[in-house]
Amino acid sequence: MKRIISVLMENAPGALSRIVGVFSQRGYNVDSLCVAPTADASLSRLTIITHGDDKIIEQITKQVNKLIDVLKVVDLTEGTHIERELMLIKVATRTESVRAEVKRNTDIFRARIVDVNVSNYTIEITGTTEKLDAFSSTLGQCAEIIESSRTGVCGLARGERALRP
Amino acid sequence: MKMMSGAAMVVEALKDVGVTHVFGYPGGAVLDIYDALFAQDAVKHVLVRHEQAAAHMADGYARATGQTGTVLATSGPGATNTITGIATAYMDSIPMVILSGQVPSMHIGEDAFQETDMVGCSRPIVKHSFLVKRAVDIPEAIAKAYYIANTGRPGPVVVDLPKDLVNVQDEHAYHFPEKIALRSYNPTLKGHPKQIKKAVASLVKAQRPVLYVGGGSVASEASAQVIALAERLQAPVTCTLMGLGAFPGTHDQFVGMLGMHGTLEANKAMHNADCIIALGARFDDRVTNNVSKFCPHADIIHVDIDPASISKTVNAHIPVVGAVDKVLDQMLSYLKQHDLADQSSKVAEWWEQINQWRSRQCLNYTDSAETIKPQKVIQSLYKHTHGDAYVSSDVGQHQMFAALYYPYKKPRQWINSGGLGTMGFGLPAAMGVQFAHPDALSVVVTGDGSIQMNIQELSTCLQYNLPIKIISLNNRALGMVRQWQDMNYQGRHSHSYMDSMPDFVRLAEAYGHVGIRVTHPDELEDAMQRCFSYTDRLVFMDIEVDQNEHVYPMQIKFGAMDDMRLSKTERT
Repeated sequence: MKRIISVLMENAPGALSRIVGVFSQRGYNVDSLCVAPTADASLSRLTIITHGDDKIIEQITKQVNKLIDVLKVVDLTEGTHIERELMLIKVATRTESVRAEVKRNTDIFRARIVDVNVSNYTIEITGTTEKLDAFSSTLGQCAEIIESSRTGVCGLARGERALRP
Repeated sequence: MKMMSGAAMVVEALKDVGVTHVFGYPGGAVLDIYDALFAQDAVKHVLVRHEQAAAHMADGYARATGQTGTVLATSGPGATNTITGIATAYMDSIPMVILSGQVPSMHIGEDAFQETDMVGCSRPIVKHSFLVKRAVDIPEAIAKAYYIANTGRPGPVVVDLPKDLVNVQDEHAYHFPEKIALRSYNPTLKGHPKQIKKAVASLVKAQRPVLYVGGGSVASEASAQVIALAERLQAPVTCTLMGLGAFPGTHDQFVGMLGMHGTLEANKAMHNADCIIALGARFDDRVTNNVSKFCPHADIIHVDIDPASISKTVNAHIPVVGAVDKVLDQMLSYLKQHDLADQSSKVAEWWEQINQWRSRQCLNYTDSAETIKPQKVIQSLYKHTHGDAYVSSDVGQHQMFAALYYPYKKPRQWINSGGLGTMGFGLPAAMGVQFAHPDALSVVVTGDGSIQMNIQELSTCLQYNLPIKIISLNNRALGMVRQWQDMNYQGRHSHSYMDSMPDFVRLAEAYGHVGIRVTHPDELEDAMQRCFSYTDRLVFMDIEVDQNEHVYPMQIKFGAMDDMRLSKTERT
C-alpha cells in the first residue's frame, strides 16, 4: 500500500544522505522523494512515497525518526491529507490537429501551457500522482511525448494537525 | 575567551569532555593534532600498531567503564582501517568517538592524497557524524559528538577534521558549550506509566515468567534493578551473549545464556514461558531461531530505549520505551503496591519444571585424558581467576565456551563482539580494558584464527607494559567454521584448516613477552598457575585443544527456540 511519509529535519549537510541511506541499507522502497527548506530556513521538509506492509512502514518511521537530524516523522496516509505533485511535460505538436487536441486535453485537466515552440508545447500540471499519470497517458494517445519531469509528491495533513518543531 | 589553534582546540575539548585516553596512530592529516597532544599530558595517547585495533581498544575501554572510548586516525587508510571497529561498536551500541583527519577543505573532492569520504564511508555504521567546516566549530562538534555517543542508545560518532582547520598557525576563540541541547534528539528515559502498569500486571499474573536480559541492561547500569525484579518475582533469568554479567551467573535463579548456543534450560524456559520481559535485548536472530515458532505461549513485554528495536523482529504485546534502569525503578515502585505473598507457590511448578531441564546438565562434556577439552580450559581459567577477571573474547568456538563455562558475576566483566562477530577484537579489547583498569586482571580468550587478526598489538602491549593474559585455544583450525562444515557440509573442511601455524610461544617471546605451550591435560593446571604468577608480564598461553570438539547445545536451524542438538548424537 502506498504511504506518504513526511519528515521534518535539520537543514544540515549530510541529513538527506542519511535518510536515503536508511532506505537503501534496510531495503525499503522509495517511489518518490521531494525535499526543500521550510519557511524556517534551518529546517527542511522531506516527503517520501514508499510502499510496504504495516510492519515495514512502522520500521521506516522509527528508523528515520532515530536519525539525529530528524525532528519529526509522520505517516500522512494515516489521516486525511492533501497531496500534490507537479509535472512538466513536453509534447511534439507538429500539426494543427495535434496542437488542438493537446490544448483541449490541457484545458480538461486544468493544466497550463507554459512554453510554446514551433514544434512543441511544454505543459505544467499539478495534482495527485494519479491525475498526473492520467494526463500523461491521455497526452501520449494524441501526441508524441518528448520528455517529462516530475517533482515527486509533497503533502500536508488537513485541518489542525501540523508537523512543527 | 582563550585563543588557540584548531589542533589545540581538539585537545582542549577532549580535556573538557573528560577524556583520559586516546587510541590512535599519526599521519599527515593529523600531524597538527599530534603536535598539540605532545604539549600536554592530561590526555594520554596510546600508539597502536593498526587503526582497527585502536577502535577495538577504545571499544574495550568503553565496555569496561561505560565511558566513551576515543579513537584518533589520519585521513584515508587510517580512517578506513577503523571501519570494522566502528561497525563492531555500532552493532553492540558502544559509545565511541572517532576523530578522523581529513584532507584540507579546498582539496575535498579532488581525490587528493589520502582522501576518503569518511563521513560517507561510515554513514551506515555510526549513530551520527560531523564534518567540521570551521575551526571555531571544533569544540561544539566534539562536545556534541560525546553527548550523542553516550546518551540514549549509545553508539559511535565520527568527527571528520579537515587539515586546514587544525593547523597550528591560525588562532581562534575557544568556547566549549556548557550544556548540549539538540532540538532533534531527546531520548526517552522514563517509561510511560500506563505501559509500566500493564507490564507489571502481566508479570504479577504470570505463572511461568522469564527475564530475558540483554546488553541494554549493561549499558544502563541496571544490574541492581534486574536482580531486584528477579528476586521479587522469583523468576528465572536468562542473559543474551551481550547481557552476561548483568545478572550474576552464580545466582540460583540464573538459567544460563539463551539462543543459538544457549543452555537447554534457558531456551526451554523461554519457549514455555507465559510472560517474557525483555530488558534491553533485541530479539536477535541468534536468539529467536525461527521467529514464527518463537515463544508461542508468552506475553512479551519489551523494554528498550530505542523504539526502533521494539517489534522489529518479534511483536511486543507490551512495548515500553525507556532506559532499563529507569523503567525498572518505576516497575519496582509500582510492584510495591502488589501483594506477592503467594508468589513462591505461584511459580513452584515452574521451578520444578526448570529444575528438571537443569538436571539434564546440558553443559556436561566428555573429558579426555589424552587431549585437552576447550571447556576444561575455561573452567580452569575461572578457578585460577576466582571468577573475577575481565574476560575479553575473540569470535568463534572459544567465544561460546568462554560465554558458557565462565559464570560472570558482574556487568562489564565479559567483553565480546556480539552483534558483528569481529575476529581480531579480543586482544585490543583486553588492552582497552587494561588501560581503563590498570590493576585489574585482563584476560583474552582467543583462538589460533582470531589472535592472528590483530597479533601486531603484542608490540603495543610491550610498549605500555600491559600484563594481559592470553588464553589461546589452539585447535589448528577455524573451529566454528569447521563445526558447521562437520554438521552441514558432510565434513568437507574447505579452507578451515590452518597450515603453517606460527610457533606462538616464540612469537610471544619475540615480542618481548612470556609464552607457555600446553599440550597435555596433565600440564594444564600447573601451566595456568604459572601464567597467573607473572603479575607484571604479558603471558601467551598456547593451549593445544581437541580439534574435533563442537559447541553444544546448539539450536537446530528453522526450529523453535528449544529445538536443539545437545551433542553430536543427541537432540531435544
